[in-house]
Amino acid sequence: MTDGTQAPGTPHGLPGLLDTEAIRKDFPILHRTVHGGKPLIYLDNAASSQKPRQVLDAVNEYYERHHANVHRGVHILAEESTALYEGARDKVAAFINAPSRDEVVFTKNASESLNLVANMLGWADDPYRVDSRTEVVITEMEHHSNIVPWQLLAQRTGATLKWFGLTDDGRLDLSRIDEVITERTKVVSFMLVSNVLGTVNPVDEIVRRAQEVGALVVVDASQAAPHMPLDVQSLGADFVVFTGHKMCGPTGIGVLWGRQELLEDLPPFLGGGEMIETVTMHASTYAPAPHKFEAGTPPIAQAVGLGAAVDYLSGIGMERIAEHEHALTAYALGRLAEVPDLRIIGPVTGEDRGATISFTLGDIHPHDVGQVLDEQGIAVRVGHHCARPVCLRYGIPATTRASFYLYSTPAEVDALVAGLEYVRGFFG
Amino acid sequence: MYQDVILDHYKNPHGRGLREGDAEVHHVNPTCGDEITLRVRYEGERIADVSYEGQGCSISQASASVLNDLLVGRELKDALAVQETFLTLMQSKGRLTPDDAMEETLEDAVAFAGVSKYPARVKCALLSWMAWKDATAQALGETALEEKL
Repeated sequence: MTDGTQAPGTPHGLPGLLDTEAIRKDFPILHRTVHGGKPLIYLDNAASSQKPRQVLDAVNEYYERHHANVHRGVHILAEESTALYEGARDKVAAFINAPSRDEVVFTKNASESLNLVANMLGWADDPYRVDSRTEVVITEMEHHSNIVPWQLLAQRTGATLKWFGLTDDGRLDLSRIDEVITERTKVVSFMLVSNVLGTVNPVDEIVRRAQEVGALVVVDASQAAPHMPLDVQSLGADFVVFTGHKMCGPTGIGVLWGRQELLEDLPPFLGGGEMIETVTMHASTYAPAPHKFEAGTPPIAQAVGLGAAVDYLSGIGMERIAEHEHALTAYALGRLAEVPDLRIIGPVTGEDRGATISFTLGDIHPHDVGQVLDEQGIAVRVGHHCARPVCLRYGIPATTRASFYLYSTPAEVDALVAGLEYVRGFFG
Repeated sequence: MYQDVILDHYKNPHGRGLREGDAEVHHVNPTCGDEITLRVRYEGERIADVSYEGQGCSISQASASVLNDLLVGRELKDALAVQETFLTLMQSKGRLTPDDAMEETLEDAVAFAGVSKYPARVKCALLSWMAWKDATAQALGETALEEKL
């Protein structure tokens, strides 16, 4: 323990850091070693986060004590599993400040949530219907999961797909916002935080313009929900999507939040069990939202795990997590600036940016950077991070990406910097 | 994995640059964004030239350089045998120790044996070889290629 002026786990005395020493005790995987005894330095959190014991235990206990299919059967296990599954919905609703629990739809992941919205709008009646007279607006920094569903929708309906470009410093170019979002725009879909550049996008400005023209707003919060307070009411969006596995939850569980009247009006996409009211051989009527959009047996254990993850994150406090990551990111940006030939792709200061830092290192290909870092126990992501247009925009084939989370430490940043120096020596 | 032979080929690639050819292909490795544009030129069934431009990791680029060394000047039939041997080595998951015959066939390409332990990187090593096979099929026709296999 250090003295009272400095929390434990803050060897560099950075203000705002969490007590990572205590937090890391909750994450069993962070204690394993790799490649012959090297401690694992996990800096690939934008791809997926690790799981605390509290989440692992919740999933385990669900299967050991309570598992049965939900919303059917009258036996005790069915009642318990239903209560746990619906309880997870309550927790998620509270976590994002949803006005109603019925606005929280469980999906498989953020990609499925986005595909679901795109298909709701493709099959909708007026006034929501996307067709050949209308436009869909996205941005050049989107993850492929927020590009391809809209390309598919545009191809199938004849709608025009438009997008905001990027500035040289890694931000959305909104200088011609009135020409991009027009009276013909039906939907504007964009990410809150970039998974490559780390940029936090100006939601208010986009929402204001979208509302002026009566367009729906979809916010991909996959890189925001794990890292900062998320309040769907203050965002002003119509739909918000995110995924569980990036926020300490299991894989296989995602969320679509939608405004209640939209979920009531819009048609279902996947048909099947649980989403119906009555079925005859000629026609069916549908259950009210959210069940209308949850056909088939849902990811029950995964939802329970996500509920536990939300409890865990709330227990620490999303404000505190954001503060920790902000301090760590500012520190990392400073340290990385010391590495010769390192070029940051994205904002170079901590302002309006999340804890994801992409960079190139001279002419050394990111795959080689990642491989040599891995030999030292440092896990980073390399490639185009499912956002190839971003690489095209900045004229690079790929990047190396380090991304932090609540358990990341300044010592890990130092290890990354030392690792990169070693990589330079190796290929230099 | 990063044998000196591989790093040498990466830093000083052999036969790099696009020259005249009978067919050109462009192959990408979508997981990491390695790219290669490759041309082949045949004189009858003898490989007169394999020229290429690309961007990507050291493994993918060094592999193209080794390919150029190994295949230019060979008859198609022999080249396909080399390619098959290299494929066998790369699909061995690190369990194959090259014997003398394999070393003689593959020369510098034996250095890639260590890469076969890394599933994510095998595609990098094979990128130029798949491009060459594709370009050959385009230049000579699928049937010419199949007859030789």
